[in-house]
Amino acid sequence: MAEASSDATRLAAGARDRVRFEEEALALADQVYRVARHLANSKEDAEELVQETYARAFRSWRSYQPGTNLRAWLLRILTNLNIDRGRRQQRTPPMQGLEANDYFLYDRLAETDGGLTDEERVVERLSQDDIVSALSAVPHDFRDVIVLVDIGDFSYQDAAQILDIPIGTVMSRLHRGRRVLKRELAESVAEEGS
Amino acid sequence: MGHIDDPCSHCEEMMQPYLDHILSEEEMREAEHHLDECEWCRKRYRFEESLRVYVRTAVSEPMPAALKEKLAALRIPLN
Repeated sequence: MAEASSDATRLAAGARDRVRFEEEALALADQVYRVARHLANSKEDAEELVQETYARAFRSWRSYQPGTNLRAWLLRILTNLNIDRGRRQQRTPPMQGLEANDYFLYDRLAETDGGLTDEERVVERLSQDDIVSALSAVPHDFRDVIVLVDIGDFSYQDAAQILDIPIGTVMSRLHRGRRVLKRELAESVAEEGS
Repeated sequence: MGHIDDPCSHCEEMMQPYLDHILSEEEMREAEHHLDECEWCRKRYRFEESLRVYVRTAVSEPMPAALKEKLAALRIPLN
């Protein structure tokens, strides 16, 4: 009798832990989607990927270690699914040549605006569409780190774990990826101006 | 302005690590000292800072409400 009741207590505790896990995971869904949207190639892919991620997370919730970063854990699942499903079809990598320097975009924008000096106003010359399409033109390896660190607000360490790459690689891809992004933005401005 | 090996091109190299807060204290002081004196670089740092915020805002799409419901439906029912 005592054994049956301790089993019941254990089951109830397990159910409670699972419900808590599911609730915590669902509370992060918005943030997971925001990142997934730009790791995936399209909105549809992102939605599917997030659903697969949650289905897997709910099934294997026991492998999550409470107290660790749940958002990073979910993104790790999502990244692996994205790779497994071959969703990382690469566009032609536009990586030939150097991606200019870090001041390049500002100089380009300021010069095409007759020496406009207010930095915040210079940024506003870029439309939302310019930014979204420039980001999607950044090759995946670089885009993944930009999306995780600059958009998802993950630390270098978390990004390294999610992508299963060394932290030094995260830093170098981020540095280079941001330059590629700025080059893409400069090109979109040049096209609009021509 | 912006010539190779001048303080501005060095400052440019330090911009990303500066904004990521990963410079050593000494490098940080060095960058700040230059930025105090050089409006040319200061503008470009401010631009980069605004750009990061702008990019983050521009690409942030809220999750579709229907997806939220689909995710909730994936929960494993209690027996």
